[in-house]
Amino acid sequence: MAGHSSVNTNTARSLEVRELSLSVPISGEHVEAVSRVSLVLKPGRVLGLVGESGCGKSLTAQAILRLGEHQGVMRESGDIFLDGESLFSMEEERLRRMRGGHVSMVFQEPMTALNPVFSIGSQITEVIRLHLDMDKGEANTRALKLLHDVGMQDAEAVLKQYPDALSGGMRQRVLIAMAMAADPAYIIADEPTTALDVSVQKRIIQLLRDLQRQRNLGMLLVTHDFGLVAELADDVAVMYAGQIVESGSVEQIFNRPAHPYTRALMGCRPEVSEPGASLPVIAGQVPPPGNWPSGCHFAKRCPLADTACSEPISIDAWSDGKHQARCIHAEEKLPGLEVAL
Amino acid sequence: MSVLKADGLSKSFRRGGLWGGGISHKAVNNVTFALKEGETLAIVGESGSGKSTTARMAMRLLDADEGSVHLLGEEITSASGNTLRILRKDIQMVFQDPFASLNPRMKIVETVGEGLRVHRPEMNHQQRREKVAETLALCGIGEEALDRYPHQFSGGQRQRVGIARALIVEPKVLVLDEPVSALDVSVQAQILNLLKKIQKERNLSYLFISHDLSVVRHVADRVAVMFAGRVVEQGTIEEVFGAPRHPYTKMLLAARPIAHPDQRKENNGNGGLDREGVAESGCVFRLRCAFAQDDCAGFEASIQSDESEHTYACLHPLDKS
Repeated sequence: MAGHSSVNTNTARSLEVRELSLSVPISGEHVEAVSRVSLVLKPGRVLGLVGESGCGKSLTAQAILRLGEHQGVMRESGDIFLDGESLFSMEEERLRRMRGGHVSMVFQEPMTALNPVFSIGSQITEVIRLHLDMDKGEANTRALKLLHDVGMQDAEAVLKQYPDALSGGMRQRVLIAMAMAADPAYIIADEPTTALDVSVQKRIIQLLRDLQRQRNLGMLLVTHDFGLVAELADDVAVMYAGQIVESGSVEQIFNRPAHPYTRALMGCRPEVSEPGASLPVIAGQVPPPGNWPSGCHFAKRCPLADTACSEPISIDAWSDGKHQARCIHAEEKLPGLEVAL
Repeated sequence: MSVLKADGLSKSFRRGGLWGGGISHKAVNNVTFALKEGETLAIVGESGSGKSTTARMAMRLLDADEGSVHLLGEEITSASGNTLRILRKDIQMVFQDPFASLNPRMKIVETVGEGLRVHRPEMNHQQRREKVAETLALCGIGEEALDRYPHQFSGGQRQRVGIARALIVEPKVLVLDEPVSALDVSVQAQILNLLKKIQKERNLSYLFISHDLSVVRHVADRVAVMFAGRVVEQGTIEEVFGAPRHPYTKMLLAARPIAHPDQRKENNGNGGLDREGVAESGCVFRLRCAFAQDDCAGFEASIQSDESEHTYACLHPLDKS
């Protein structure tokens, strides 16, 4: 650890986002888009970060690799600690080695994340040689093994192929192989199955679960899909309008969702509905960054909101052991689960 | 009575070959279905199954190579010019991406009112504006939206505008091509409820194209499952979801996202490998099918029936469970 880095007192192995606030440029002004988010990702655990579009989940995930800064995303406060070392005090060279090395990422778009003009083999070996001290031959052998590990049939032939010859599912396997290239300890998976057909999704889910267990990976699973969370996550953090509004184990969140937003979001899924019946809905829309209320961000859409909700509410306003919700009316009867248009 | 009826629709596209040539690929192969008044028929399938191509042929956005389409009893496959334009008043489409399907430089009142210029030429500006406001209101959009532009709306509101645009000429049939796929789940619920409400009020018939089985189960009365250009199974939601007979349907249903972590299953021993490929002859699914036998190579089945009975194109169907 570099001596001048700010050092976390907790040096146990973990990837910790602590009180992180990020802002994004909107019409020339920097507006807060992620508000004091805290997450702890441990080796061998899968943390599902779930929320609807615009809630800030992807911005948070990208910040962990210090991505997004060239697009104007700015850290306002807070920090991220990788095994105790602050990412924001890291030198550029160490940061470059960390990305795709100690921490790697699987993105949503298997169609665009690969370079169409290079063979699969050259793209995988490039990543391997960037992070590991290997000659071409060794890197090739490793690439072959990685493709086997991700369940690719006929891996030898795939190495020589170009991305357009592969189906979406196969491309996602290649990207997962690349993410495993340097034996990462942590992996950020941002909507890793969203662009795939359902039959392929299931297999990619199996693959991610197998790899995560075999390699004892700490995985941050960023998604809008409670189904994917149900499949893979050990722990869950629900985000709404820049804040974590509820967190707990996957059983706690599914068996006893406490925050009105989580409850409504889980209730309006067609897979848990009566066929033909009207679905419960959340009235209104997510307020964009810059238009967040001063108190609870969900208050305007919440049927339980009262005047007390206009004061800032802490994440442990409601709690049961490790299960926390940013709500002073958690678990109260929710008329919002009735139907509205 | 069926309001929309397709008989033996087929369509081929050429793939590859920069200047002609290439390989002809049958995207839709002998598809037959009938949509009854007031019902929702879903066509479900994965990418490349031909479901969108089928929808486009059904409303003559695309000409079929073979087969015919009847709308309210009239053959529309060979209609052209004015006749086609008049027929189109009765069948309208809602697209997946409401932003891509709205002209960014047109105000909402112009976009939504466009169909009136064609189909209700007798209306004047003020009448059109009132009709647009009324239709938008039905879709949950207030009058203040009339003079705004598409970029000023969220995805869900844009989809409401897209639905209003389709409804304004008072069609009998809506073809909905993945109408909620691009939306967040809370917004998706609003739009599904809205479609249900409008269907009831106006006795509309929906041809609902989707890849999402949970959504289909929720909205549809009947479903046709497509694989590689063919309908492999069709029936009511209860029949197809309750006791699928075709192995492909069963596989699709098993691949649905789970609703609760209690439903997690450990790996089923197929090694997580993707079995890909479509057979060139015989049953299209046999290369991926766990129940395939030798005689499947000589079995070329399309569902011929457009009746509402439960039908499936399989020599070795699964037991009724």
